[in-house]
Amino acid sequence: MEPLLDVRKVVKTYSIEPDAEPVLDGVEFTLGTREIVGLLGRSGCGKSTLLRLIAGLDAATGGEIRFAGQAVDGPQPGIAMVFQSFALFPWLTVQQNVELGLEARGVPEGERRSRALAAIDMVGLDGYERAFPKELSGGMRQRVGIARALVVHPRLLLMDEAFSALDVLTAETLRTDFIDLWLEGKATTEAVLLVTHNIEEAVAFCDRVVILSSHPGRVAAEVAIPLKHPRDRQSQPFRDLVDRIYAALTKRGDAGPGSTRPPATLGEKLPRVSANEIAGLIEALAEPQRAGKADLPELADALGLTLDTLLPTLEATELLGFAHLRDGDVLLTPEGRVYFDTDLLRRKEIFATHLARNVPLAAHIRRVLEERHSHTAPRARFLAELEDFLETDESEATLDAVIAWGRFAELFAYDAERADFTLE
Amino acid sequence: MSSTRIFRNALRHFPPPLGGADLAAIGLVLGVIALAGWQLAAMGARIGHSGLPPVDLDPAMLPYYALRTLARMGAALTLSLAFTLIYAPAAARDPAAERVLIPLLDVLQSVPILGYVSLLVAAVSVALPGWVFGYEAAAIFALFTSQAWNLTFSFYQSLKTVPTELAEASRAFSLSARARFWRLEVPFAMPGLVWNAMMSVAGGWFFVVAAEAISVGGETVALPGIGSYIAAAIDARRIDAVFYAIGTMAVLILGVDFLLFRPLVAWSERFRLETEPGDKPPRSIVLTLFRRARVGRVLGRALLRRLTPTDGANTARADQPHNGLWNTIALIGGGGGALAATVFVLDKLPPDEIVTAMLAGGATSLRVTAMILLAAAIWTPIGVWIGLRPRWTRAIQPIAQFFAAFPANLLYPVFVIAIARWGLNPEYFLAPLVVLGTQWYILFNVVAGAAAIPAELRVASDNLQLRGLLWWRRVALPCVYPYLVTGLVTAAGGAWNATVVAEVVSWGDRKFEATGLGSYIAAATDSGDFPRLVLGIALMSLFVVALNRALWDPLYKLAVRRYRLG
Repeated sequence: MEPLLDVRKVVKTYSIEPDAEPVLDGVEFTLGTREIVGLLGRSGCGKSTLLRLIAGLDAATGGEIRFAGQAVDGPQPGIAMVFQSFALFPWLTVQQNVELGLEARGVPEGERRSRALAAIDMVGLDGYERAFPKELSGGMRQRVGIARALVVHPRLLLMDEAFSALDVLTAETLRTDFIDLWLEGKATTEAVLLVTHNIEEAVAFCDRVVILSSHPGRVAAEVAIPLKHPRDRQSQPFRDLVDRIYAALTKRGDAGPGSTRPPATLGEKLPRVSANEIAGLIEALAEPQRAGKADLPELADALGLTLDTLLPTLEATELLGFAHLRDGDVLLTPEGRVYFDTDLLRRKEIFATHLARNVPLAAHIRRVLEERHSHTAPRARFLAELEDFLETDESEATLDAVIAWGRFAELFAYDAERADFTLE
Repeated sequence: MSSTRIFRNALRHFPPPLGGADLAAIGLVLGVIALAGWQLAAMGARIGHSGLPPVDLDPAMLPYYALRTLARMGAALTLSLAFTLIYAPAAARDPAAERVLIPLLDVLQSVPILGYVSLLVAAVSVALPGWVFGYEAAAIFALFTSQAWNLTFSFYQSLKTVPTELAEASRAFSLSARARFWRLEVPFAMPGLVWNAMMSVAGGWFFVVAAEAISVGGETVALPGIGSYIAAAIDARRIDAVFYAIGTMAVLILGVDFLLFRPLVAWSERFRLETEPGDKPPRSIVLTLFRRARVGRVLGRALLRRLTPTDGANTARADQPHNGLWNTIALIGGGGGALAATVFVLDKLPPDEIVTAMLAGGATSLRVTAMILLAAAIWTPIGVWIGLRPRWTRAIQPIAQFFAAFPANLLYPVFVIAIARWGLNPEYFLAPLVVLGTQWYILFNVVAGAAAIPAELRVASDNLQLRGLLWWRRVALPCVYPYLVTGLVTAAGGAWNATVVAEVVSWGDRKFEATGLGSYIAAATDSGDFPRLVLGIALMSLFVVALNRALWDPLYKLAVRRYRLG
């Protein structure tokens, strides 16, 4: 039998350049009935793009997406969606919001009303039918979002970071309530696909997790979660699964586990991470109880960061040669240790040396400034060079990142108003 | 310090000779100074025995006329800014003064601007006959009345909404009142001021053109400028000259935008407290030129010093509010003025004249409202279509802004020729002229509204498969509604102002007239009939205020209550 959802070798490119790197490059997975699947990946890996393709809101560049035996070529009546920021219409009441999808399908008014009331009742918002979204808390708004999606009896429910805009406790309550609806069979949907960047959420909520890698965006691994609900976050099986997924997420593309980072190239995208954040990570690693080695989930927890915010910092620290990753562990390099042991002035010097050595773009800017008689160069010049490799937005972001590091290291100065670089 | 470092520092203090950027910047500054001097000299002249020199329809004269028109605009804008910097703080600081000054501003804003022109020119021709200065001053002052009020409101709003923590910080550092004004309040208000200055100048072109050539009581005064040029072209039935004037005006508007407003908007970005991430900051070639130029830097530093006084004198305690005094002023001023006007009008005019004028007001109300609604019906779907397509939005916004700034009265002759040729009924076919210039406010507000529909709502409505009428009812119209109302209010205000020149138009010696308060005021101006002029202006102000209270305010409140996003 054909699965409910079949994603086959999907490719998505935004750039019109023929040799530009696609956002999604051959993504493949399936979704069966009575299954909750998590789609997990770092920001920018294309997981939201993939969700839009599945919903039929955008067309894939290559490959095929089949839903219930049919190719997806536009919005599907059988697919409903729940959004990160709820996407409720602020001028409609709770009931009008929930009725909207039925109205679009031409359901007569009486039936519309009774189905909407039932859905509102189901998510526990009885009594709020006439309220406007702005009168509700975030958690209640998302309940409206869920009711609006379920009321059309979709076969597949897509949840795009549906719990990410809520505080921890509210998110937990909402997830548990949804799982209850699901287990009791009240949510008539046949399958759920949850996009998230939160590993613990994926392990707590899903039956299976599909991990997307970035550059290229494809499925890096699939991990089954054979735990019974309610799940205990502190239990060893739960922690083991979280660790496994962390390791899978930080594994690099085609290179095997434990490989060191390849040296950066001139046109490489740089993460927007401040020198302070890099220093903070080095200091956390150098703390006595860690002694230069840390387990990624433990480190993220201790720093109060999520995967999304920790990994770019890690990437920058590794790029500069102060740390490296191995199998879900992060290790401080000897240079990182030296950096930790010294004072601010000396740190700037070390940072400058590493920046010039490990980031070709920074070295290039410095060299150009030294060669020029006036020791100045406009931003546009380097931007144009970067645009040979990256898209405009990425070029701007990368240039901003190198400016922040260059300023900290006093490798060069930058005047934002005149948009030019000068030698310090 | 090592000797090489000293050497390098020394080098930095002796820059190479002036570059091209400096020369261009110096040229710009000198040009502005020359223009101001020229205008002042011309204003001092006396009208000869034969009156002002007649307008020359030679297109070679147009650059000169354009510069004279521009100079009037510059003078009025300077006056408006000065007024703003005095009036707004007075209203914002003293609650007692506020109670009088803000409603007063509201009333001043409701008086039709061409009403000011008619009154002033009429008064000048009596008080200062023979002096160019009087007519120039009247034109500039009329222009001032089209620019000052919204600038003042904007500054007042900014003063009232200075973020508490910044205000507290400036108190904690015990900044003097002056330091607080220049260091905190003016910079905070800057983006709003620049934006409103743009709107003021856009509206001002219409009135400067209308104010240049005006006839009062049979005497026609034509100050040298584009407005007089086109008036002369209409008299002489010279359609080619009309098009020359239109072209010159277009160049003038684009030039002012490029040389003045783009740099200003780009510069004022730095004063914005928060920016929407992802928005491209405005860039201006001219500003970059000034920044690259050392002259710009020197001037900038001088300006900065002006904005950063170092005297740390303590803030003077605000004077005790003198409520009684202000209330008395309000009572005597407001009550007395209204009484005097009423007595004056009733004394000179028969009672049924008031009925006639009221009926004319009704006709104009109908005309304006119908035209605004028609424009909304046309531009709303088009605006939504454009707003949902970012590339179109980027392309259309500057074009719509250009059309909004373009003085529509320059285009009237084109319509008039059509009416004359096909013998159309002026009662109906003059009506489009009242929205010719102001319909663009509807378009670009709707475009902005549609562009602001949150991406997630758009995805959600796609996912819910909302289409056709349901999509318009549930998504598009509610989303653009607040913007649409803003556009309608702005357009309606402009349309009322335009009626004075749009309800009576001529081509050579043929005259076309539509019944209404606008043509009533125009006729009273023409014949120098003061009582009817005062009656017409007072009634128009009343109609505008009444329509605002009865129609636009409720719509606006609904927009804020129900349809505001977030």
